[in-house]
Amino acid sequence: MSNRLINWFKFASPATFYPLAGKMIPWFVALSVLFGIAGLYLGMFVAPTDFQQGEGYRIIFIHVPASWMSMFIYLVMAFWAALGLAFNTRLSGMMATALAPTGALMAFLSLWTGALWGKPMWGTWWVWDARLTSELILLFLYIGFIALQSAIDDPRRADKAGAVLALVGVVNIPIIYFSVKWWNTLHQGASVSLTKSPSMAVTMLWAMLLVALCFWMYTIAVALARARNIMLERERHTEWVRALLAQPKP
Amino acid sequence: MLSLFFAIVGRDLKLALRRQADLVSALFFFIIVVSLFPLGVGPEMDMLRKMAPGILWVAALLATMLTLPRLFGDDYRDGTLEQLVLAPQPLPVTVLGKMAAHWLTSGLPLTLLAPVLGLQFDLSAEGLMVLTLALLVGTPSLSAIGAIGAALTLGLRGGGVLVSLLVLPLYIPVLIFGAGAVDAAVSGLGFEAHLSLLGALLAGSLFFAPWATAAALKISLE
Amino acid sequence: MLEASQLECVRGDRRLFAGVSFRLEGGELLNLQGKNGAGKTSLLRMLVGLAQPVAGEIAWRGVAIRKLAEDYRAELCYMGHHNAIKEELTPLENLLASARLAGEPLSDEQALEALYAVGLGGREELQAKYLSQGQKRRVALARLIHERRALWVLDEPFVALDVAAVDMVAGLIGAHLQRGGLAVMTTHQAVNIPAGAVREYRLGA
Repeated sequence: MSNRLINWFKFASPATFYPLAGKMIPWFVALSVLFGIAGLYLGMFVAPTDFQQGEGYRIIFIHVPASWMSMFIYLVMAFWAALGLAFNTRLSGMMATALAPTGALMAFLSLWTGALWGKPMWGTWWVWDARLTSELILLFLYIGFIALQSAIDDPRRADKAGAVLALVGVVNIPIIYFSVKWWNTLHQGASVSLTKSPSMAVTMLWAMLLVALCFWMYTIAVALARARNIMLERERHTEWVRALLAQPKP
Repeated sequence: MLSLFFAIVGRDLKLALRRQADLVSALFFFIIVVSLFPLGVGPEMDMLRKMAPGILWVAALLATMLTLPRLFGDDYRDGTLEQLVLAPQPLPVTVLGKMAAHWLTSGLPLTLLAPVLGLQFDLSAEGLMVLTLALLVGTPSLSAIGAIGAALTLGLRGGGVLVSLLVLPLYIPVLIFGAGAVDAAVSGLGFEAHLSLLGALLAGSLFFAPWATAAALKISLE
Repeated sequence: MLEASQLECVRGDRRLFAGVSFRLEGGELLNLQGKNGAGKTSLLRMLVGLAQPVAGEIAWRGVAIRKLAEDYRAELCYMGHHNAIKEELTPLENLLASARLAGEPLSDEQALEALYAVGLGGREELQAKYLSQGQKRRVALARLIHERRALWVLDEPFVALDVAAVDMVAGLIGAHLQRGGLAVMTTHQAVNIPAGAVREYRLGA
């Protein structure tokens, strides 16, 4: 056993993690606001107006980062889940549980902005485009994960069952994405693609990256806050939570 | 190991035969769902012919879904599942036996019935043949993937609805390639690619699903 | 041979027990005592490997059962609360099926003989749904007659049995101990096991 491994497991203990997370949250919130302002400023004011799509296209500065995050969060969730199954650490399951609602939110945001964008572009709120359809299925996967966990009373079983489901989902996502794409090309999909607009300027890419960073920091802050709540709830009978609650509020 | 596999398949088949009502009601569910579509969308044969592959496949998905809670549910309630988990053989082999028995009592009857229902939609002879083939290759995947969901939701409130939430999104690739094969055959295109992709899905799910299901069963029994 | 050290069990919010340790040798029976809800069934499920202890270790012949996995299960016979018999099958079919699934096939003659021994002679072709609770329990217990695996873990084996059947099962356990087997069981009844060394362990004391 190396020292480093032991240290890692020390941070995985809720009693150590709880105050640490509490200190980290304000920083991530601040970073998120900073990146958000910068990204939106670039996207809304600096990026050029699209000669085909006008000002309406600017919604992609929310849409694209939200889609990226929705997929990325699922991967992170599956990573924590796998870690939890392999090492049986309590923290991993809590992190996976804490990430799921934010992932679902991102998928929903991506669908919502996609619909808003679709109305002026395609003249309809919904198009069975490969990306939108995959995103919808991803939202279903998140909802399944949340529903399964909330149906199980025992937190240990909820963590493990959720972990198995998240891993099965992660194996399936590429297959689902591939099959949906195949289905879409066979059935003559939408001709206008959201991200392949003809003049994808460098400023646009920067704006998207900055908004994605904003979402990323937001996700970390929210997931940490949620994990702290889960911790208090699950460990309410332990010494450290009792000591914490006995402390006078500053 | 092989003898355990056959012991489980044999026992489950015998049980299914003594409980024919369950088997038959899932089949009738399939028939009814398929027959509801023309009532919902109108009797124009051109449209129905176009919709037939999707309708038949979605109905097959739903009918399979309906039988999933029974896959491990009875064994869970009467204590047999504990004995199966404690048997001195690898649990994935046991699970594979359960999946095989499930397919023989749900997927296979659906497959045999489907061409008759395809006639209601005026499918061509080639369309009917490809429909049967696609179901034959695709429905075992449904049993295998469904078993994961059934194992995860054992003994939970609202298990039946929960299973569909978990499993239906995972069924989408099977639906796309299955219905796509029939579609391609009806419109005179090559359907072999679809069928081989269905075969690939089957190989993948038969390889992964028993492990995932075994892990899920252990978690649910704890 | 079977050794438990410092086992801890948590159910939901409650810690059922902690620091449970014992050692059991061949020919010994461990009789678990304790109030309802003391965690007897949970402990048995841990011993067979269905549940994982929050802390502590269980070893069989000096090796942790988690590592032994199938090798441990091959020496283990567990009977839980439920009878694990199928209502639609006859007692004979049930007995043959459960023996096959456990990897220890019985011949038809052995199975019939076992059913006669537990007093179900003449009912071997009747579907189990027509049997009474006690008779169903007897079908489940008929497994023990030809059971030669080293460790028996029995959860309330005497429930729903009449006096004669209780004596018969006690006799089976005694014979098992005499062959050098081990057994762990829970019961609320005072039962006289005719042979072997009986040790008591009280949970939640």
